[in-house]
Amino acid sequence: MVSRTAAQAATIERQVWRTLETVMDPEIPVVNVVELGIIRQVRVGADGALRVGITPTYSGCPATEVITQMIRAALDQDGFADARLETMLWPAWSSEWLSESGRRKLEAFGIAVEGAGAGRLACPRCSSRRLERMSEYGSTPCKAHYRCLECLEPFDAFKCL
Amino acid sequence: MSATADDLTAQAGPQERFEYVLRLADTSLIAGQRLAALLGHAPALEEDLALGNIALDLIGQARLLLALAGRIEARGRDEDALAFLRDAQEFRNVSLVEQPNGDFAQTIVRQCLLDAWQLEMYESLAGSRDLQLADIAQKAVKECRYHWRFSAGWLVRLGDGTDESRARVRSALDTLWRFTDELLTPDVLDARMAVCGIGPAPVLIRERWQTRVRATLAEGGLEWPRHQHYRWHGKRGEHTEHLGHLLAEMQALPRAYPGVTW
Repeated sequence: MVSRTAAQAATIERQVWRTLETVMDPEIPVVNVVELGIIRQVRVGADGALRVGITPTYSGCPATEVITQMIRAALDQDGFADARLETMLWPAWSSEWLSESGRRKLEAFGIAVEGAGAGRLACPRCSSRRLERMSEYGSTPCKAHYRCLECLEPFDAFKCL
Repeated sequence: MSATADDLTAQAGPQERFEYVLRLADTSLIAGQRLAALLGHAPALEEDLALGNIALDLIGQARLLLALAGRIEARGRDEDALAFLRDAQEFRNVSLVEQPNGDFAQTIVRQCLLDAWQLEMYESLAGSRDLQLADIAQKAVKECRYHWRFSAGWLVRLGDGTDESRARVRSALDTLWRFTDELLTPDVLDARMAVCGIGPAPVLIRERWQTRVRATLAEGGLEWPRHQHYRWHGKRGEHTEHLGHLLAEMQALPRAYPGVTW
């Protein structure tokens, strides 16, 4: 591996972040993995090796493996076949790691986000804050199940761990 | 950190660390496998989703812990080899988690007793001097908190519910209480790991578990069950008959078709 200058390394890291932004969550295809907040680092080390650190949302999230494969494929396609994918458990993911754009896209998709400051959770359909949490468990490990008391529609919310 | 503590950590050999991580890993794995069998069978959709999601979290924790155990052992066994190619006497889970699902009350009581223990264990292990174990614990403790909210919430509701639900939850407590001693009674390995700064002080876990469970039983109007002396030793591979049946189902496919993928 040839050694690279800091500027070259920074350029590569920027390109990799752009590649990662094309990888969408397989379960929630409106947000990409960067917005989801599961990319912990993209770093070209002093030895020239490119490392991408990924963290799972939940220990048992079945999508993690698929996501890793999708990231691998995207990096290979964009010429980063030598990138090493590493699992980083710390710091652990929480809904706070969702980016602002990710949060907006999720809400437009019908998924609210818990834990973004008290009282911020709102019905993704009618924006009402009169809500009832039906269960801390929803259609995927990362979501809880709510009902809007205004429009009476059920909806999912990314839960705050 | 004092030199003495460093020396003691250095003394925790790979075999001891492997055994200790295996106890945590197998406990999560077997508990997860038990709950997974309830998919599509829970009394209501919300409970079905909850139990299925808890199973997923537990199996996820087990994968991380088994992978760590395999790295410590350094004999080329990965998480799949450890999960699918060991026999019952090689499993180190506490006997509580291999007990059958029974009725909903029994499932809830088993989960509640386990959640209280895992919650306290991972809370402490988050500060373990084994940093890889600490990382897994920090992730797991967040999950265990809402597992506990679910199972403790149900324990209270069943205890404080109808005559029928109270009778069933009492019966489940009587059936499963004898397995709680194993959670709280340290053996040589538990004590060693505590001294080495890898595991929590067992006396601390016992006190916190009892405080937590006592408060929840009281809230549900349930008495602290009578102490039962019989003790199992799942932690050292001496299991009840139920584990073999569970493993036969869980391991059938990878054993019949070694290395199979889809």
